[in-house]
Amino acid sequence: MADDTEKLWWIDREGLQKLIDYLAKQGHDIVGPRIDQGAIVYDSIRRVDELPRGWTDDSQPGVYRLQPRSDQEHFGFNVGPHSWKKYLFPPLTEVMRSRRTSDGWTMQAPDVESPRYAFLGVRACELAAIAVQDQVFVNGQTQDPLYQLRRSQLFIIAVNCTQAAATCFCTSMGTGPECEKGFDLALTEIENGFLLAIGSEAGRKAADAIPKRIALSDESQSGQQRRHRAREQITRKLDTDGIRDRLLARLDHPHWDDVASRCLSCANCTLVCPTCFCHSVDEVHHLTDDEIVRNRRWDSCFNVDFSHVAGGSVRDTTRARYRQWLTHKLATWIDQFGTSGCVGCGRCIAWCPVGIDLTQEVATLCGGNAP
Amino acid sequence: MNTAANPWLSHTAVIEEIRPEIESVATLILRLEDSNLAGSYRFSPGQFNMLYVPGCGEVAISMSGPATDNGHRITHTIRTVGRVTQAIEQLGVGEMIGVRGPMGTPWPIESLHDRDVVLVSGGLGMAPLRPVIYALMEEPKRFGRRTLLYGARSPDLILYADEIDSWRESGIDVHITVDRATDDWHGHVGTVHLLIDRLASIDPSRTAMFACGPEIMMHFSAKSGLARGLARESIWLSMERNMQCAFGMCGHCQWGSHFVCRTGPVLRYDTAEPFLTVRDL
Repeated sequence: MADDTEKLWWIDREGLQKLIDYLAKQGHDIVGPRIDQGAIVYDSIRRVDELPRGWTDDSQPGVYRLQPRSDQEHFGFNVGPHSWKKYLFPPLTEVMRSRRTSDGWTMQAPDVESPRYAFLGVRACELAAIAVQDQVFVNGQTQDPLYQLRRSQLFIIAVNCTQAAATCFCTSMGTGPECEKGFDLALTEIENGFLLAIGSEAGRKAADAIPKRIALSDESQSGQQRRHRAREQITRKLDTDGIRDRLLARLDHPHWDDVASRCLSCANCTLVCPTCFCHSVDEVHHLTDDEIVRNRRWDSCFNVDFSHVAGGSVRDTTRARYRQWLTHKLATWIDQFGTSGCVGCGRCIAWCPVGIDLTQEVATLCGGNAP
Repeated sequence: MNTAANPWLSHTAVIEEIRPEIESVATLILRLEDSNLAGSYRFSPGQFNMLYVPGCGEVAISMSGPATDNGHRITHTIRTVGRVTQAIEQLGVGEMIGVRGPMGTPWPIESLHDRDVVLVSGGLGMAPLRPVIYALMEEPKRFGRRTLLYGARSPDLILYADEIDSWRESGIDVHITVDRATDDWHGHVGTVHLLIDRLASIDPSRTAMFACGPEIMMHFSAKSGLARGLARESIWLSMERNMQCAFGMCGHCQWGSHFVCRTGPVLRYDTAEPFLTVRDL
């Protein structure tokens, strides 16, 4: 095992298909990147040729476009609007059900059942995001039963980025671009196939089941160069030094009004964010009113009723809500979970309809002395 | 799968008694249907339950009865103010409600042993403090001087008015003030934090303060406590925010670094102070 984890293997496209077949035979639902409605999303995958081969994504503030590549690479893109949280923390889940009886109600939590997922194509920032959500849903005082089950059954095939988008800043957040931990297997795409690294016992078993050979030294070198290229391409920066104290010292900074004048409070940033975990519970009535289901669904601190109490909404301005999101993500999250809530994936920058860029906002807020 | 540990599961309880209090406020006594659960149910003063009306939703309500009670007798004092509390108001004795709890942090009563304690209450803030009063009455010798400062909007809105004599008889020094006096009112008039300023003598090194009421009232009470020489670490508040999961996951109750449902509702003043003065936080 110790030897295997040190070794770097080489597989071809055929080998990757064999890996998918093996995991499917083990009872996993394999999900990975696919093209849908002009974006690279995560969905069920059974064949390697379903991957977005020959496509890349152009992400900039307020911009996301697919573009053809000049080559036929399978993973030559970064991140799209989906994140893996939609599988581990699904957007809509039943948490409880009440049935009317002759003298009142019976209340039951649903049986916790789930497919066993295998994720194909998890980037370094996304591995970090999963670790961040682990802190929220399973590593605290209370465990979310569905997340816990899905996480414990999960098989992760990570993919090292070989290029970076203009919105990427994982290097500032210390989360990438290289996949270092938290995976069962990790791939690096090179000219003639994929380098394969093993990260767990389950990963070793899967690797044993597929045709592979030791990577040649020039193949390993090519992988290294490509990973290095991704790092070199990252130009966006967020200064995280003392960021908690710097932001919390600026809760009354006039710049919050400036952001609020641009922010639509649309909640896109929180929905594409791979770590945002806020949710609400809705009552859903059966037509006869004899059965009531409580559903948990994704919510956002940008929605005006999010902070509603009997006396009204606590944060009834966009200024207050943007401030809550940014300071939670980058400052108070550290107090709550011992880690930043931001992994530097850049989704909130690309998918903001008006192109608000949190790295710019932080630079403006934190430049100069606190007012 | 083990659904017993599901933190979302509410447990059915029967409404045993409804006692009208002041205007639009009533005290409900609940009994958990499952007698094993009822026997093992314990709470500490300051904690809350999520009360559930199927089809309407949940609301966070503090326990207002003695902490010596178990799940055969859970006491909540509820003001009808929102959607769920309006639905609760419609329920009668013998009807059913869901209970999930106890949740949140308690008042640190253990830390009061051999110390003087000042309870400061505003309006319905009396309800989460009443279990503390019962604890102070239960074992008077374990505490130093015991004082309750209580502010109500008007004399007819003094909660638990019929119990206050028994609190006084047990040796608790009770001072009441109202915002608007009536002709027959001979007590204090004005906001409750002024009573802290007027307390005859106070030994700040051995005094702790628990404050519960509207945010602005707790803010000024803490300021008055500090002015009387109390340490920040000796002042405790109970916060209110939108709560849905009540175990620190749904995010609604966030207030600065706090999940009010989990690190609160009872917070030590030094951890609340940085956020208490920021508008719309």
